[in-house]
Amino acid sequence: MSATDARDDLRPVWEALQQVKDPEIPVISVVELGLIESIRREEDRIVVRMLPTFVGCPALELLQNQIRLAVMQTGCANVDVRVTYDPPWTTERISDEGLRKLKDFGLAPPSRGATDAPFESNFHRVPCPLCGSRETRLESIFGPTLCRAIHYCNVCQQSFEQFKPVA
Amino acid sequence: MSRALFQPKLADDWQTAVADLLVRLADDELVIGHRNSEWTGLAPILEADIAFSSMAQDEIGHALAYYRLLHELGYPDPDTMAFLREPQDFRCASLVSIPKGDWSVSIVRQFLYDTAETVRLEALCDSAYEPLASLARKLRTEEKYHLLHGKTWLHRLGDATDESHRRVQTALDLLWPHALGLFEPTRWDRTLANERIQPSEPTLAQEWRARVEPLLTDASLVAPEGVEPLFGGRVGRHPPSLAELIAAMQKVFRLDPGAQW
Repeated sequence: MSATDARDDLRPVWEALQQVKDPEIPVISVVELGLIESIRREEDRIVVRMLPTFVGCPALELLQNQIRLAVMQTGCANVDVRVTYDPPWTTERISDEGLRKLKDFGLAPPSRGATDAPFESNFHRVPCPLCGSRETRLESIFGPTLCRAIHYCNVCQQSFEQFKPVA
Repeated sequence: MSRALFQPKLADDWQTAVADLLVRLADDELVIGHRNSEWTGLAPILEADIAFSSMAQDEIGHALAYYRLLHELGYPDPDTMAFLREPQDFRCASLVSIPKGDWSVSIVRQFLYDTAETVRLEALCDSAYEPLASLARKLRTEEKYHLLHGKTWLHRLGDATDESHRRVQTALDLLWPHALGLFEPTRWDRTLANERIQPSEPTLAQEWRARVEPLLTDASLVAPEGVEPLFGGRVGRHPPSLAELIAAMQKVFRLDPGAQW
């Protein structure tokens, strides 16, 4: 079977995983977040390799189960969802569509190329997702979930959250 | 629980050495994670509370990942490792065992610990034991946040008022020998270095000092001179505070070890 055939064969599985959303940010799918490293057919089984955003993410088991159920609904009873750290998940894996959805949800998305910048600069004058102003300041590098930081916009005069750059 | 369960016989010396290292890494993370969680609901300001709670969640998640690697080598499952071992079975350094103290003690500990962890993880990214190397590459991305938190607070307290300066310097003097104890050499040091699993503990300690001292100077603090390291944690000799922490941590689990949650 050629590579193209293999992709066509698994296209319904990728589409099914578009329906599995981040439980804390229910507008973005696990595919858009870049959590799905690979989907392979091994004889009568489908093997999904997924990457955790944060190793201590409490939603990991929930996501594993939701991914398994979504794949089963495509007609495969034998599904294996494996968590791997190789390659490490980074925010560069989030798709363009995913970044747009984060912003529409009210979160400042991690900037592209953030992985090359000095670490502290990722939190300096982050554009406000509501008004676009850079007149903002970092309030806390830890937020309501492991993947978010808290900033304050001097123009809107209210706080907003940033999806943390991870590199 | 049988003692042998927690020290299964492995095929090779290098596997035994890897397992011993993994137990140390996991236990440090579990215990500091528990200590960090003691600030949940009590920290001086909301952001500080969220920070320590988030770091607790991270560290306990990292402990779980290390215990899973041990499980793959033939050790009991992570819950058994965390909740059914006795204090003397733990291999954490005394730095993580001692009580959380006041805010200055917790901040200085977090800074010293996370700098040491960063140095170790950077070295482990090149480990010949690939499961550990790939985990280290992932954990490093998360520890950057802990380090930034520690550095920021250390700087803030070191340079604020006479009282804040005095309190962080006192905390630093108290914790320094315990921090040196993070790098207690073990009987597996040479095997780990020879097999390129991890550089020797003295090598890591030297790198840690080279990183920590300029940051202390930036925060107007002085690293204590001529202090002997406090060793013992890596062979199961702990301050009494660890037994108290473990009793609290294991209490609910031990009421009914087979319970499904």
